Amino acid sequence: MATATPLNVRLSSLPPAVGQAGLRGAIASEFTKLRSVRSTYWTLGSLFLVSVGLSAAICAGTAANLVNNPGNKAQFDATQHALLAFFFLGELIITVIGAMVITSEYSTGMVRTSLSAQPRRGVVYAAKAITLAAVTLVISIITSFIAFFVGQILLSGKGVAASLFHTITVPANANVNCTGGGPGVGPGTCTATFSGTDVVTASAVLTAIIGCALFVTLIALLAFGVGAIIRHTAGAITTVIGLVFVIPIVENALPSNWHNDIMRFLPDAANQVISVTVAGTDPTHLWSAWPQLGVTALWAAVLVGIGAYLFRKRDA
Amino acid sequence: MATTTTSDVRLAPLPPAAGRAGLRGAIASEFTKIRSVRSTYWTLGALLLVAIGIGIAVTAGIDGNFANNPGQKGAFDATQTSLIPFFELGQLVIAVLGAMVITSEYSTGMIRTSLAAQPRRGVVYAAKAIVFGSITLVVSLVTSFIAFLVGQALLSGSGVSASLLHGAKVPANVMVGPGPGGPNGPPAVTYQGHLVASASTVLTAVIGCALFVTIVALIAFGVGAIIRHTAGAICTVIAMMFVVPLITAALPNTWRWDILRFLPDGAGRVISVTIGGTNPHLWSAWPQLGVTALYAVALVGIGAYLFRKRDA
Amino acid sequence: MIEVRGLTKRYGAKIAVDDLTFGIEPGKVTGFLGPNGAGKTTTMRCILGLDYANEGTVTVDGKVYSDLAYPMRDVGALLDAKAVHGGRSAYNHLLCLAQTNNLPRRRVNEVLELVGLSEVARKRSKGFSLGMSQRLGIAATMLGDPKVLMFDEPVNGLDPEGILWIRNLMKALASEGRTVFVSSHLMSEMEYTADHLIVIGRGKLIADCSMSEFISRSSGASVRVRTPMADELIKAVTARGGVAGTGDDDVVEVRGMTAPEVGDVAFEQAIRLHELTTVRASLEEAFMELTASSVEYRAEAPVAATTIGSGV
Repeated sequence: MATATPLNVRLSSLPPAVGQAGLRGAIASEFTKLRSVRSTYWTLGSLFLVSVGLSAAICAGTAANLVNNPGNKAQFDATQHALLAFFFLGELIITVIGAMVITSEYSTGMVRTSLSAQPRRGVVYAAKAITLAAVTLVISIITSFIAFFVGQILLSGKGVAASLFHTITVPANANVNCTGGGPGVGPGTCTATFSGTDVVTASAVLTAIIGCALFVTLIALLAFGVGAIIRHTAGAITTVIGLVFVIPIVENALPSNWHNDIMRFLPDAANQVISVTVAGTDPTHLWSAWPQLGVTALWAAVLVGIGAYLFRKRDA
Repeated sequence: MATTTTSDVRLAPLPPAAGRAGLRGAIASEFTKIRSVRSTYWTLGALLLVAIGIGIAVTAGIDGNFANNPGQKGAFDATQTSLIPFFELGQLVIAVLGAMVITSEYSTGMIRTSLAAQPRRGVVYAAKAIVFGSITLVVSLVTSFIAFLVGQALLSGSGVSASLLHGAKVPANVMVGPGPGGPNGPPAVTYQGHLVASASTVLTAVIGCALFVTIVALIAFGVGAIIRHTAGAICTVIAMMFVVPLITAALPNTWRWDILRFLPDGAGRVISVTIGGTNPHLWSAWPQLGVTALYAVALVGIGAYLFRKRDA
Repeated sequence: MIEVRGLTKRYGAKIAVDDLTFGIEPGKVTGFLGPNGAGKTTTMRCILGLDYANEGTVTVDGKVYSDLAYPMRDVGALLDAKAVHGGRSAYNHLLCLAQTNNLPRRRVNEVLELVGLSEVARKRSKGFSLGMSQRLGIAATMLGDPKVLMFDEPVNGLDPEGILWIRNLMKALASEGRTVFVSSHLMSEMEYTADHLIVIGRGKLIADCSMSEFISRSSGASVRVRTPMADELIKAVTARGGVAGTGDDDVVEVRGMTAPEVGDVAFEQAIRLHELTTVRASLEEAFMELTASSVEYRAEAPVAATTIGSGV
């Protein structure tokens, strides 16, 4: 506890003021804020562990499955299998950090302190978005690559593993003949005859890996925008997860296929196309990879924009 | 000199104390708490809006689609279709309220005030669960019925809608082939066989979905009591109800079906079925709902234990 | 130098600040007084641009707050000590603030040492007591070595040692030529600390003058006399036009006459005096008198307890 003579400590003089409090300082500040709370590490750590761990589980299981059901090797997309957990679950996990970057300022009241130190709200908001995007992108790219490699290692030996360095081919069609099986005995021994080839180029693989990382980053920004609008952590996370995750579940559960026309306008659809490396296997009712990712980017841009407007207009 | 008034106001004496501070007062208190915060209205409003709004969009779209694709009418389950947005999205929305009923006491610090007024924690906890469960059940039933009725109204033009008052038939199979005008003319549509959705099955579906959403709400309540942190509780419930089933679906077939029936999310899809058989890998309606209920009981129970044991 | 001109802020139908105009000068401690709900916090928030004024302007050294090149070098504000992220350490909290204004890192350690929080610098601020949180907030205000300091209720939660420390800090800062603007309810403390007062009530300005002038305006000044001959003194004083009343036993309070006048009267009447002293009105009395009509939320005075269990 301080004694009642505080001013024996002389504060050293500050360097003279040059320029103004701007974006660079704000970005440094936002990075300090991100790296100094536990939730950042929880979230990004979970993203990595879940993506890589489940990639391993899925690919190991699939590899075993390919032995018993060699027919499944036809049009097998090893890259997409390895990245499935990352883009499907990563989009959920990343909403937590995306929203909390801004909603925790409101829930703790810190927003008043932040805006007193830097009253130019546009600067603060931009710094938050930039820092979030940069950190998320870096971690996503690392996670995406590692998930890919782990998956390919587990799929090796089955002739379907993809590569970043050279083109591989998978059979286009498979004809499966099973003998010696029957009711109560099982499928018996099956042999598959393959015809035709589908090409998996190295650049398609690279596109998928980076594209999925971009997708996850865009979802983080989307969550950030929603967080700026709603200013409530649980509400923002739930809204984004409802939009990005549950609505597609609803659509898939429905019997009719009319919804295919709508799905292409939703922000999450991109993950189903950008992760595809075997030509011709992407869903026909969606646009192709980069345009579909553009839809996601548009959603993120609009929500971040509305959030920016509200952040400036509303009382803190 | 100071002009504060002194001793002019007498507080009326209280009635004599009879009995003890118990469950009835606690229930009244919890009802006041829940009805006096905005988040309750936001959440329940969102539930109605999402369930009915998306329900309208979905059923209207499907109804319009029947004109182009009459083949889709085969074995069409109008009841389930109208209820899917409700129970899939509704459980997400209601999980927020369920968690917040208890986590907001911790995040605002109100827990200390509440337990100082009523130190018998079991009473407080039970009252919360009862009040929240009752409100959710009522709102869920209302939403379920509205979603169903609105959906059927929108589907009535296509002749496949269901009814609570009498059985409804849909064709079992629909064959669409070239019509008398040749392959470029209007197709000929043949309906084969019929499947019946009895009124009692429909009623079971509507009520069952409402029960399902209520039970999931209680799951969220239990998780909230265990985790005591709003965002964390909601993330956990989302993981339980959506993510784990998805991951399970990615597992090899032999494991997948054995596990899925033990997960809490399947009940919604089973109990809402009125046409055709259910998934052979899941249990039938009420047993599957029982599985979900078991989760709720376990989590609410663990939550009760922790609520009593831990420092406030 | 803070200039407030015609500041008006409404929240819906309620006017929080009504056409407020005043200036705050450097080199002294200006106290900001007012009953609860008078608009003190709103005014401070408008100065910092946290709330947007409906009418009027606020400038700091001639500029709007958001136009300042390095706001933290001009104004250090402590509005709410609890407005920090509990999961962040004290050090990182101060660091992230310092970085926004390009302030050097060593500054963080210096201000931590100034307020005596160096030992807990790396601890998460969630575990801080209210006093420690206040000190952390004060450390934040000093990061930029600002010319203007604003404190909203800084002594809340501090122990007597801490209160003395803040008082010395504010006086020292003012004597260095800085502008110190502090709102408080602790009248006794404000009386020692502030040189100038701004008093508002119901959003309107009530007084803007020096401390001594404010107190002397109040009617509370009196002369206290302790004498064994109270009755005689009262008679003598009343004959001279003063107003006298008795306190305990031999204490007489005289109004309307100065102490020397009372002493002379006593001497002329050969009345023995044991104590003769001028009693200034306290700030509290002056304040209560002045703002009596402006109190927004008045509590009723408590009543002596009835016999417990009487049920009457």
